[in-house]
Amino acid sequence: MEHTQSRPAGVAKAPSGLMDGLQRWLPKLVVAPTFILIGIGIYGYMLWTGVLSFTNSSFLPSYDFVGLAQYAKLMESERWLVASRNLAIFGGLFIGICLLIGVVLAIFLDQRIRQEGAIRTIYLYPMALSMIVTGTVWRWILNPRLGLEKLMHDWGWSSFSFDWLVNSDFAIYTIVMAAVWQASGFVMALFLAGLRGVDSSIIRAARVDGASLPVIYWKIILPSLRPVFFSSVMVLAHIAIKSFDLVMAMTAGGPGYSTDLPAVFMYAHTFTRGQMGLGSASAMLMLGAILALLVPYLYSELREKRHD
Amino acid sequence: MTDVIRTGFRPSRIAIYGVLLLACLVYLIPLIVMLITSFKTPMDIRTGNLLALPTDWTVVGWTKAWSEACTGVQCNGVSGYFWNSFKMTVPAVLISTLLGAFNGYVLSKWKFKGSDLMFGMLLFGCFVPFQVVLLPMAATLGKLGLANTTAGLVLVHVIYGVAFTTLFFRNYYVAIPDALVKAARLDGAGFFTIFFRILLPMSTPIFMVSLIWQFTQIWNDFLFGVVFASGDSQPITVALNNLVNTSTGVKEYNVDMAAAMIAALPTLVVYIVAGKYFIRGLTAGSVKG
Repeated sequence: MEHTQSRPAGVAKAPSGLMDGLQRWLPKLVVAPTFILIGIGIYGYMLWTGVLSFTNSSFLPSYDFVGLAQYAKLMESERWLVASRNLAIFGGLFIGICLLIGVVLAIFLDQRIRQEGAIRTIYLYPMALSMIVTGTVWRWILNPRLGLEKLMHDWGWSSFSFDWLVNSDFAIYTIVMAAVWQASGFVMALFLAGLRGVDSSIIRAARVDGASLPVIYWKIILPSLRPVFFSSVMVLAHIAIKSFDLVMAMTAGGPGYSTDLPAVFMYAHTFTRGQMGLGSASAMLMLGAILALLVPYLYSELREKRHD
Repeated sequence: MTDVIRTGFRPSRIAIYGVLLLACLVYLIPLIVMLITSFKTPMDIRTGNLLALPTDWTVVGWTKAWSEACTGVQCNGVSGYFWNSFKMTVPAVLISTLLGAFNGYVLSKWKFKGSDLMFGMLLFGCFVPFQVVLLPMAATLGKLGLANTTAGLVLVHVIYGVAFTTLFFRNYYVAIPDALVKAARLDGAGFFTIFFRILLPMSTPIFMVSLIWQFTQIWNDFLFGVVFASGDSQPITVALNNLVNTSTGVKEYNVDMAAAMIAALPTLVVYIVAGKYFIRGLTAGSVKG
């Protein structure tokens, strides 16, 4: 920078010892509030919840330690089992279908489409909505009497019946539908960004060699988008494990507790059923699930960086 | 890479456009259904179907949702909760963005021993499931006398939003050459002068990303609202959920849909006006570089 030279050298060294000290401490002072808030609000509270999960807290926190009893109770709880199984079903389908739709739409949108911007806007707007809004709408669309069923009847398909929302064997799939509707456009956006970064000379070379477009996508382009795959799965899995709003708005965990997810289980036991110990144990297991995903992901990210 | 793909083959072009337009329809239909239903009369809803236009358009659903609908025991509509959401969102967005800007500035340009550790802690904080902090936070808010208040919700949203905003600003400022800051320091410019004179003028895009991201996150939040607020201090998302789940009397779907539209409008408007920044915020956390 030239303009540094234009000043007399003495000016830069002017501040007194006190000002110097202040300048040295200023950055730390500025981040201190955040450091304290995060330290307590995330790490301290995480520890606190961990401690509570070893106690027999019910309606109020107590510090009567019972070892791993709450975790044992959790493992035996039919409702927790249903919630975990639902998470596996919901998470698996949600991630799988979102990836499929996202990749296909991104590839199609990357074919010099007219009005691409407008189409992208339409695909992505559900991401701006609250899951409570999404849940409210889908609950109405899937209404067993007046929703989709009535529409099909009016259009002449009189034997059509769709009662998944109130059928305890199928209700979880209605949650998957609404969640996919909300998040698949986001996956599309991630992949589209990835596709735009692919080096076009590779594709040109493959075309010259006589490879067809589907083969090029399947063999060359998609494999090169592995990082996008991983980050999409990370984000989607994160959404799935934390999913709470959508279930509350669509089924509130019902019929019975057939659409419970761990987040709903945690809320119900901690805040309405007065079983804080059990609720804390379930929260710790959710944290464990996130860690199991996050640690390998961050590890590989950091290793890649070091290789660069 | 778009320039190299020449699909001269007509049928495949038509198929691609067909799929893309069909997908547009699928994404749009819930919004269309929501709008159509909100302008119908309850009678119309029972005789028509999801996609049938109202026989006579009416705003009864909207006025009822705004000022009369029952959300639990109270029947004053969602208007009060709508303003609650604003009173909670605006300060929380501004405070968390400002904190994030200064944090990002320090963590990229004024590194100190332990600043990388702090950054790591913040990064991890973005991923923690909030369920592990709910109970202690509820106890703390109670002790501070902030339980069931908008101020309490603002505090909570600032704490759990600042990790994201710091990340946004830190990653943005890292890309700005250190030489710029060093030169200014040699000139005798201090911590704040450098921030306000050099970094701030070039920070408009990242401020937009952070403000919009925080606005949608906080406005759309349900978990903190339902756990830390009750009665008069509830945000719109909680009120909407209560309204939809209130089982007294005849279900009025036009009112439900109008209330859902009211809850959705602020974030939809932001998305339509500044979608570019919203998308950048969404992808910032997941695509590196």
